[in-house]
Amino acid sequence: MLTAFLLFFPVAAALLLHFAKGNAARVLALGAALVEFAVAVFAAVSASMNMAPGNSAAAYTPFSINIPWIESAGINFHIGLDGLSLLMVLLTTFLVPLIILASFRHNYPNASAFYALILFMQTGLIGVFVSLDAFLFYFFWEVALIPIYFIAGVWGSERRIAVTFKFFLYTIIGSLFMLAAFVYLYFQTDVNNAGLTSDISAFYNLTLTASQQAWVFWLIFIAFAVKMPIFPFHTWQPDTYTESPVPATMLLSGIMLKMGIYGTLRWLLPIVPLGTSQWGKLVMILSVIGIIYGAIIAIRQRDMKRLIAYSSLSHVGLMAAGVFSLTFMGLQGAVIQMLAHGVNVVGMFFIGDIIQRRTGTRQISELGGLTKHTPLLSVCFLVLLLGTVALPLTNGFVGEFLLLAGVYQYNPWLGAVAGVTIILAAVYLLRMFQRVMLGPETSFTSTIQDLTGSELAVLVPLIVLVFWIGLFPNTFLRISEPAVLQILALVNR
Amino acid sequence: MTSIILLSVLGIVNLFFGFLKSNKILLPAAMVILALVFGVNLIDWNADPRSYFNEMLTIDRYSVAFTGIVVLTTLLLIPFSQKYVREGQENLAEYYSLLLFSLVGAIMMVSYDNLLMLFVGIEILSVSMYVVAGSDKRNVRSNEAALKYFLMGSFATGILLFGIALVYGATGTFQLTQINAGIINPANASLQPMLYIGMLLMFIGISFKVSAAPFHYWTPDVYEGTPTFFTAFMSTVVKTAGFAGFFKLLMAAFFAAQGFWVPTIMAITVLTLLIGNVGAVAQTSIKRMLAYSSISHAGYLFIGLVAVNGKLSANAIFFYSLAYSVATVASFAVLKLVSDQRQREDYAGFNGLAKTNPLLAFVMTVAMLSLAGIPLTGGFFGKFFTFGAAIDRGYIGLVVFAVIMSMVSIYYYLRPIIAMYMQPAENETAEPIAVGSFQSAVLVLLALLTVLLGVLPGLFSEVFK
Repeated sequence: MLTAFLLFFPVAAALLLHFAKGNAARVLALGAALVEFAVAVFAAVSASMNMAPGNSAAAYTPFSINIPWIESAGINFHIGLDGLSLLMVLLTTFLVPLIILASFRHNYPNASAFYALILFMQTGLIGVFVSLDAFLFYFFWEVALIPIYFIAGVWGSERRIAVTFKFFLYTIIGSLFMLAAFVYLYFQTDVNNAGLTSDISAFYNLTLTASQQAWVFWLIFIAFAVKMPIFPFHTWQPDTYTESPVPATMLLSGIMLKMGIYGTLRWLLPIVPLGTSQWGKLVMILSVIGIIYGAIIAIRQRDMKRLIAYSSLSHVGLMAAGVFSLTFMGLQGAVIQMLAHGVNVVGMFFIGDIIQRRTGTRQISELGGLTKHTPLLSVCFLVLLLGTVALPLTNGFVGEFLLLAGVYQYNPWLGAVAGVTIILAAVYLLRMFQRVMLGPETSFTSTIQDLTGSELAVLVPLIVLVFWIGLFPNTFLRISEPAVLQILALVNR
Repeated sequence: MTSIILLSVLGIVNLFFGFLKSNKILLPAAMVILALVFGVNLIDWNADPRSYFNEMLTIDRYSVAFTGIVVLTTLLLIPFSQKYVREGQENLAEYYSLLLFSLVGAIMMVSYDNLLMLFVGIEILSVSMYVVAGSDKRNVRSNEAALKYFLMGSFATGILLFGIALVYGATGTFQLTQINAGIINPANASLQPMLYIGMLLMFIGISFKVSAAPFHYWTPDVYEGTPTFFTAFMSTVVKTAGFAGFFKLLMAAFFAAQGFWVPTIMAITVLTLLIGNVGAVAQTSIKRMLAYSSISHAGYLFIGLVAVNGKLSANAIFFYSLAYSVATVASFAVLKLVSDQRQREDYAGFNGLAKTNPLLAFVMTVAMLSLAGIPLTGGFFGKFFTFGAAIDRGYIGLVVFAVIMSMVSIYYYLRPIIAMYMQPAENETAEPIAVGSFQSAVLVLLALLTVLLGVLPGLFSEVFK
């Protein structure tokens, strides 16, 4: 029941928002998102109580629901929470209230629709993370796309129409390939005339030949690769991140990107293990190319928002590489890095937005000397930045360390190349910090104000998380461990 | 059967309302009649199949289900009939009655057991449509549409009739099941060429009626010239009835000749999908785009036919027709309200609609997403079931092609959404479009129905067991 509540509460709240106007709408949205977060924390606490390591079978049961959805076709409304889903739900429910709070400083026209779409999207995202039926998963996968398309397309900046159009076409065409694969797998489930079913366990139990798996692997992989995005499926990403309003950018980079990695873990590796081992190497290489490519382009950027967008591209490449290393460390690293990246990238985009709003520009060359007037902002910025650069004690360090260790186990050379990401990230991020925050003041920055209370309310939880994940990663790693072990067992069967 | 009688009698009664010279009563009267027919029709839902007129018609679950769709579609559409012709237009009663009579034809097309009944049904439906296409008497384009539709339509009818005659010659009967028996009968083997030519001619005739390529040429012009309200009727009721009739024909009468007609229909399918989708991309008028879109949806429905997958196909075609009809009615209703007031039917006419009329924009969006087959709407499961029925029979190549075509369709279905939500209105002082409260309620109902079909498809996906 808890899972169903988590799934449907946001959309119910979104419908209620229709009756609220302006300020009331955003307060109501924030309240709903906080309630949702509280419930998710409750679920996590009660789950971690009875979630001993290795006890993966018991993980789904307390929170799962399995009722017929389209009975004649064997398609069920099957949802559940294991450690992996739980962490993703926690991340989503943690970030959404912050994203809503972060948007308070903008007076978006037609606010009730804006916040309703954010909550609606939350339902789609949580649906993706809890679905245990292939078609249900696909359903929520697309449901999450519709609101973000409207948020980015309606409230974005000048070039939004063409950019979001490309984004929509890219992702929907990618996911149609996944749907095709699911339909194909679905028609393979009818062994012993037991009837067709699209349940995840039936997909796990399929015995496909290596060549079948290769096809299915690529069909499903394209959908996830577009979403993450992995080089060379990334071309929609920088423009979309840049042209979207900040809350949409945060949703895209903080949560939606994780749909792709989560999908790979749950719906790709365990279903086609042979296909994965056959083509995993190529994906690893693509991911590592993406790491370097994103980083090098980030170095060349003059626009803060765009720079962060490319840095996100670089970091997601490392997560993908960790996942496809198929090692315990790589997978656990990807899980923890999903949380860490979600926290850091949302914080970075938020700070970029604060600076842009105060000074009217986000061109790095036009900024400088902010530290003098804004000590609080500088500290927050530095912490999040160092988290992204993966300094020890911060969240990024734990994630990237595990990821690189996993990639290194897979192939030392790839590990070495991927390791360059840390150096390159330090180059472009510290350079940005230096130029924006230090140095001489410019005409744009001479009268800047420091953080306000509501901005601190967004940044403080993020910074707490930076250190929490950095110092006590086990809080989260032990939740995901049974699920990761189960996935690895399925991959290596 | 009761619904046929009711519609005929009450249609005449409705005609008499015209003498009262009180046009206000016409719309409520027509709605009451339709609601009554819809209810009466559903009484037979669980009844055993019954034949009428020496086995000319059979009322069974199949005919009840499709009758339900056509009557419901008309019922949901008719609130938007006001002002469908210019102010001061007379003879309103006649148009309402023609709609009711045409439904009789549609019902016959979904419940026939005899080719003559099919022919009579098609004619009743078509003749009414020829008249209403020209109902905007002082508009040249409406006249052109009526003339075009009539000339082409009567030609197609002739071909259909010729086909029926040849099939009769080859099998010696008009009864569906006996035709099938006649095809199997080895004594008729020498008549096979005649049978095949007859079938081919029948397919041409019916393809024309459901606007499948390459017999679709009339569609964009006729749809554009016809008053929008009747265009909506043509692209929903006529199409649904046509497909239900076609499916029945193929399953009951020509089942044994699958080897001949499956490749034929498949060629029509591919062509229809291609022309419908590619043609729609190039349009600048939303009405013409919807005309091409209706061609492309004929293509998707044809996939259900090609699959010949028994109850799987029947269920898929039912679900698709329902989802398609609801979404199409919604989109034409919005188009009609907008174009009546802004006097234009192109994309730019929709600019900024989300600001002035959030409800209209929302309903149009839901309709477009459904027609594009995006999840959360009925259109997705419509495609899901039809494609599934085809994959189950191994037509993977065909489905891949259809999926590619539906990717193309996303392009033109997004354009109205972009215009409404993301483009500013052309002049700042654009007035909101006046929508009656009853019409608003119907629009909301249409949107809810589309979402319901997309969220709980199980309710409608297993009508035929």
